[in-house]
Amino acid sequence: MERSLTHIALFAALIAVLGLIPKIDLAAGVPITAQSLGIMLCGTVLGARRGALAVLLFLALVAAGLPLLSGGRGGLGVFAGPSVGYLVGFPVAAFVTGWLVERTTLPVGYAATAAAVIGGIGVLYLFGISGMAIMLGKTWPEAALLGMAFLPGDILKAVLAGMVTQSLARMRPASLLSRA
Amino acid sequence: MLTLTSPVETWAHRLPAGLKLGLLALATTALFLMARPEALGLAALVTAALYATGGARFAATGARLLRPLWPFLVIVGLWHLWTGALAEGAAILARMLTAVALANFVTMTTRLTDMIEVVQRIARPLAFFGLSPRRLALAMALVIRFIPVMLERMDQIAQSWRARSPRRPRWRVLVPATLAALDDADRAAEALRARGGAG
Repeated sequence: MERSLTHIALFAALIAVLGLIPKIDLAAGVPITAQSLGIMLCGTVLGARRGALAVLLFLALVAAGLPLLSGGRGGLGVFAGPSVGYLVGFPVAAFVTGWLVERTTLPVGYAATAAAVIGGIGVLYLFGISGMAIMLGKTWPEAALLGMAFLPGDILKAVLAGMVTQSLARMRPASLLSRA
Repeated sequence: MLTLTSPVETWAHRLPAGLKLGLLALATTALFLMARPEALGLAALVTAALYATGGARFAATGARLLRPLWPFLVIVGLWHLWTGALAEGAAILARMLTAVALANFVTMTTRLTDMIEVVQRIARPLAFFGLSPRRLALAMALVIRFIPVMLERMDQIAQSWRARSPRRPRWRVLVPATLAALDDADRAAEALRARGGAG
């Protein structure tokens, strides 16, 4: 019980920290923040239910007024802006990512990368692009064009999520709740 | 940690958080039902006037909070210049700016503790699914406490990497940082259990 709670809380903090560190230059010249990597890791490490709860906890603190989204954004305004679809998609993305890691029997590194691509990119973009289409009064393909700017960075993050998860599986197999 | 609540006291700071959130929900719904650019322009002006009642410093902070929206302003603006549907574009941008500004206004005039109390009140029905308000409060406190701890740890990891290598750490901080988060979670769980559990 306590372990579940502290894991959820600590990973909510991890999402925040990954968004706060000034673009830790994950790769040279790609201006990306690691926040969506945090969402992916919640799913691949904590599993579906705990991962989604960690993301919801993070979003509750953002809504309450803490500037924890990348670029120091936060408060209720972000839920009224054009990127609201991504925020709604965050917990669903973590859930789908975690569910896929839990269900497959693939080696954990590959499973985590594939799950992060499907959940952390596929599902997240579905929500994010639909949100932009609604908020900006555009058709879905037009909004999709906007969202694609982040695709290269996100693919890189999915690969990183797989590598990190595999390293954790080797070093702390008992802590990898998605495969426990 | 810094919050987004404005240190400039306004009349809106004294209103109850629940009332402000209710009004915000109504106003946002109304904004999305409006389609005429004149009506949305008027709503934008009313919102600007609302900020003006807080004084110049308050309004300037409010304007700064809208800055992350500029890429959308540019893209939608250019798009509508290109297609020629200018009135429609103006309506979309006015709605976007007004909706975000109104929501920011509520955040800027409500203290974090009041807002967290509302979040916990909203989450109370979740007790039915086994999420007790006490546990939620504990989890929120843990997140707020551990963010600075983890930021500092991330910095230490990066520094020790630099001490060993002339290159920059980049993504290599991720594994030790995540590992530390897992270990912290285990230790915090033990500490909680030793103090009577999370209830």
